[in-house]
Amino acid sequence: MNSSTDFPPTILDPGAPTSGVIAIEANRLEKSFGNAAVLRGLDMTIRDGEVVAIFGANGVGKSTLLRVMATLTRPDHGNISIYGRDISKQAEIARLSLGAVLHSPMLYGDLTVKENLTFFGNMFRVPELTERVDEMAARMGLMRRLDQRIRELSHGFQKRAALARALIHRPRILLLDEAETGLDEPARLILDGVIAEHRAAGHAVVMTTHSIERGIAGSDRVFVLSGGRIALDRPSSQVTPRDVTDLYGDTSLIGPGGA
Amino acid sequence: MLASLGTVLTLARKDLLLELRSRDIVLAIVVFALLVITIFTFAIELTPSRSRDVGPGVLWAAVAFAGVLGLNRSFAMEAESNTLDGLMLTPVSRELIFFGKVLGNFAFITIAEIVIFPVFEALFNISVLQPETIVIALLASIGFSAVGTAFAAVSVRVRSREIMLPLLFLPTSVPLIMAAVESTSVIVNGGSWSDFSDWLQLAILFDVIFVIASAVLFQYVLEE
Amino acid sequence: MTALPKIRLIWLGVTAALMTLTLWMIFLWVPTEINQGNIQRSLYFHVPVAWVAMVAIVLIAVASVAYLTTRDEKWDRLAVAGAETGVIFAALMLITGMLWAKPVWGVWWTGEAKLTTTLILFFIYVAYLMFRAYFPPGEQRRRLAAIIGLIGAIDTPIIYYGAQLWERAHPSAVVGPLSESDSSVDGPIGLTLMVATLTFSVLFVYVASERYRLRKQEDEVTSILRAISLKRPRTPSSSMDNAETISSVPAGGA
Repeated sequence: MNSSTDFPPTILDPGAPTSGVIAIEANRLEKSFGNAAVLRGLDMTIRDGEVVAIFGANGVGKSTLLRVMATLTRPDHGNISIYGRDISKQAEIARLSLGAVLHSPMLYGDLTVKENLTFFGNMFRVPELTERVDEMAARMGLMRRLDQRIRELSHGFQKRAALARALIHRPRILLLDEAETGLDEPARLILDGVIAEHRAAGHAVVMTTHSIERGIAGSDRVFVLSGGRIALDRPSSQVTPRDVTDLYGDTSLIGPGGA
Repeated sequence: MLASLGTVLTLARKDLLLELRSRDIVLAIVVFALLVITIFTFAIELTPSRSRDVGPGVLWAAVAFAGVLGLNRSFAMEAESNTLDGLMLTPVSRELIFFGKVLGNFAFITIAEIVIFPVFEALFNISVLQPETIVIALLASIGFSAVGTAFAAVSVRVRSREIMLPLLFLPTSVPLIMAAVESTSVIVNGGSWSDFSDWLQLAILFDVIFVIASAVLFQYVLEE
Repeated sequence: MTALPKIRLIWLGVTAALMTLTLWMIFLWVPTEINQGNIQRSLYFHVPVAWVAMVAIVLIAVASVAYLTTRDEKWDRLAVAGAETGVIFAALMLITGMLWAKPVWGVWWTGEAKLTTTLILFFIYVAYLMFRAYFPPGEQRRRLAAIIGLIGAIDTPIIYYGAQLWERAHPSAVVGPLSESDSSVDGPIGLTLMVATLTFSVLFVYVASERYRLRKQEDEVTSILRAISLKRPRTPSSSMDNAETISSVPAGGA
């Protein structure tokens, strides 16, 4: 384990398992876009060692919430802290412990997989980057595609590369916004493996998914977002898909096992 | 400090590599600038003295207008692939991202000028390839890329950014364009350094102020 | 809301009274200047209006910095009020300048430094307002507009310095030196100019504050709309005990 970079002062300490430590804490988050209030006074706590699934009807603000957690969107009010550090003040440190796969792969289409991973690895000052890039490529089944440009890859392989990009700096917290969309079965297995490994290492995973059954089965804790707040917060073992869809409100058209 | 410089270089190198693959930006600047210059050779009947009078103005108007196109692309490209978000996810400070972009844009404008100047010299029959003009061109490129990068980032999320960027960039750059035109004018009319030292000062002043101001303001631009 | 209209009324009254006094001074009281004749009375509009345009820029700069540091919407409103009013005064400065230049110098436009600077600034603040019109309302627009406003303000002295250098490099372009015509601003001329400057400043404050109030009301409407939109999605009061309320979706296995 190599975490001895001094840039910025690292909060990563991959030595001891840290399960139970509060990874993400959101206090009264509010965010509006124009006239539409998306988050309104949302509170939530996510601990290390947990895999958390966030559900909610379309447009209820799941992606906005993940973007706020990823330090990309600044909340209008309220604050969010990552390992006890307020991200509005120490965003640069928080970003070191965050890895995110959002809707788009966030990779340069005209650069190869290797160039992309090396570039982002450099931005995080990842030590022994060449080995790390190879390691991630092998893990994601991208070895034979390292020298292909992103725009030449299929959607599924772009997603794999995006996952590799998100993990390149060994983040403690993994944010996955519908990461399984467009993945074929082998890739989905890789994703499940990554999530399981992350949990086993005592780290946190926050994911949204449109497949409620899979989400409940693959998580430790379930949150349902409704009306800009957390409407349900319960261990996954005590949640049925019905509990989730009940909270989607009248506008929900999502049937059982939808999508 | 050294590590920061390395990050800036990595960012700029990434832009240059992308440009090498797509050739979007430099080609657009060069072709557009040469078109402007060519059209002026028809619009004005070029006698040697008239060339010296209007040539510098035509040259810098062409560079400024064409530069806008390139500046526009440099952020539009990041926004379209959502890699701007990817950059925002990294712990690299916003100033360094700004300087990386400025350096990339500076390189594009400078490379474009290397092509534009000789062609202009041939078409207008005035000698602009001199040490003095090269200094002025470098100063102009620095200022253009500093202001242009900041405004390109500001307008990247606007509906009609192709319109917005020139409307913001051109009036703001007027002092720099003035300095470049007037210096070039002095040079092609046989003047020396001391004859345009005021304009040189103005260009340096503009560069220093806007490199600093844009870098400071840039962190506010990229929040969402 | 009850005390405010009175203050506005008083301010309007003061503005109107000062304007009447100023117009009387300009057209009836102050003696006609010997060299230029009646056209010289443009001075009493041109200079105060130019002054106000400059004040507007300082206002935009201060409000923009304040917005970026506090994120309080009131500063954004102040910046908009300053920009919209300032653009009008800049346009008036250019128009009065041209109307004055034509009979005196024989041309509408000269490369005079203050005219050039105001023209460029006019363009910058038109771009500022266009940006605001293009961009959807919200925090992002306020923030980006503040950046544009600030860059424009920082640019102002540089533009003026450049315009002065330009004026010096092209003396032939400036047909009649403006400085000569207002070199003798003392006595009644100086007094009229001072009163006019005060009046136009008061007018600026009145117009800008009215715009600020209107902006505030627009924002209030927005926040009411937002409050309505908040009520729309149904929020179950409790996460438990709502099994038979809204949804009829059966819990099914995959």
